[in-house]
Amino acid sequence: MKTSIARKVLMALSGLFLLLFLLQHFLINFLSVISPDSFNEVSHFMGTNPLIQFLMQPILIFGVVFHLGMGIYLERLNKKARNVKYAMNKPGTNSSWMSRNMIYTGLMVMAFLGLHFYDFWIPEITVKYVEGDMSGLLASGEFRYFHELQEKFHDPIRTGLYVVSFVFLMLHLLHGFQSAFQSVGFSHRKYTPIIKKLGNLYAIVIPLGFVFIAIFHYVSHL
Amino acid sequence: MSGKGMNLTLKIWRQKNAQSKGKMETYNVSGISEHMSFLEMLDVLNEQLINEGTEPVAFDHDCREGICGMCSLYINGEAHGPDRGVTTCQLHMRMFNDGDTIYIEPFRAKAFPVVKDLVVDRSAFDRIQHAGGFVSINTSGNTQDANAIPIPKADADKAFDAATCIGCGACVASCKNASAMLYVSAKVSQFALLPQGKIEAKERVLNMVEQMDEEGFGNCTNTGACEVECPKGISLENIARMNREYLSASITKES
Ligand code: HEM
Ligand code: SF4
Ligand code: FES
Repeated sequence: MKTSIARKVLMALSGLFLLLFLLQHFLINFLSVISPDSFNEVSHFMGTNPLIQFLMQPILIFGVVFHLGMGIYLERLNKKARNVKYAMNKPGTNSSWMSRNMIYTGLMVMAFLGLHFYDFWIPEITVKYVEGDMSGLLASGEFRYFHELQEKFHDPIRTGLYVVSFVFLMLHLLHGFQSAFQSVGFSHRKYTPIIKKLGNLYAIVIPLGFVFIAIFHYVSHL
Repeated sequence: MSGKGMNLTLKIWRQKNAQSKGKMETYNVSGISEHMSFLEMLDVLNEQLINEGTEPVAFDHDCREGICGMCSLYINGEAHGPDRGVTTCQLHMRMFNDGDTIYIEPFRAKAFPVVKDLVVDRSAFDRIQHAGGFVSINTSGNTQDANAIPIPKADADKAFDAATCIGCGACVASCKNASAMLYVSAKVSQFALLPQGKIEAKERVLNMVEQMDEEGFGNCTNTGACEVECPKGISLENIARMNREYLSASITKES
């Protein structure tokens, strides 16, 4: 924690962990498009399994908070390291926009997470642990998860906000995915170009997939 | 010389000393040949300033052939100017056009304080070197011939590439975080790859990184700007190598 490289490695490890989390989150959400029943089953499992609820969930929250906190801390240190700005600077000639704006795309993702918690996480916690209803059922006897998901995407503004947020996530990951490998010291003539391609694929496919799911549910209720 | 030469407007950072505030000043030069080097163009300006009875612009230079690492300058928003793979002393005026306005600023970093005008103090790099950028040898007269130790060609080549770093600081100047990772990683790599350097590899990387942080350089975010602007084409692979070396050293170091 004390040196620049240790901080970088921790930033990368938390980022890689979030990438894994995001992949499983995407796969589960995608079930809502192909099979509402399976989506309900898996959601109920994820929402009631003690290992996931009381081990994985706290780890995830810690991971997000750590990544956010460290990101802001590093940004402040880095601003201080150049205390006088250039009168004329052309960073576009030597680096990508994505690589230079990780803190801003990251903060936009954080803003989205606020909305996302308000939409899904807080209601879940309220139903399960405040009201004590672990059944996962509606009054009608059906599972509530798919129903709740669809309801959220009736609102065009919310759907739009989700779409915009995932564009920021895409920009974040276009740099972040391959950057994380470099940070932990992985660099190889043969494999690094493959990781870069894989990173671009992930950064485009996963966010667009989330966008597709949001629009799918918005359109399907019209 | 071809034709009448170029007329240029120069916007140059002037700062009396480390304590004073400093600001951009505008100068005009004319009759600049496209065959001149950038520093020769500045020589023309300085002669003009001396003839006018004003203080010439202070800038660093020594070999003027791209080997010493003394010249610097942030020219039109890029370290060592718009060309690639060259130092400022190797930059030619043919990269510019008649009537251009050229911004000339010192390398900016908290760890590189301005001494005067365009001259910055890069002794932070020296202190990083002193922290571990060397191989300790027994000088009692029985020193072994270096060629007695076989070294794989690929390692020798990579070590040589890393050792071409001239310590100019363009990597720091270009980095949005003013990080010195490219420089330090080149210095770590040139030894880490060779058998003679492996003996002190652990303390070397730990001590050099510690000194780097102490000097107030920023944290790398892998933008890659350094590699693009480096006049010697030092590769980002060196940074990954240093990260690996650092990680394994901090986990395995005894005491
Ligand atoms: C909570 C909001 C977030 C903020 C404020 C944030 C901020 C940052 C910052 C400042 C960096 C460092 C830039 C760099 O070193 O290149 C970074 C890197 C990274 N972020 Fe995020 N981020 C956020 C969310 C996410 C999410 C949700 C993911 C993945 C799903 C993610 C994945 C990554 C990865 C893989 C890296 C690269 C790590 C590295 O370069 O070593 N981030 N983030
Ligand atoms: S790595 Fe390149 S830019 Fe940095 S000091 Fe060495 S030669 Fe200069
Ligand atoms: S003056 Fe020696 S490298 Fe430019």
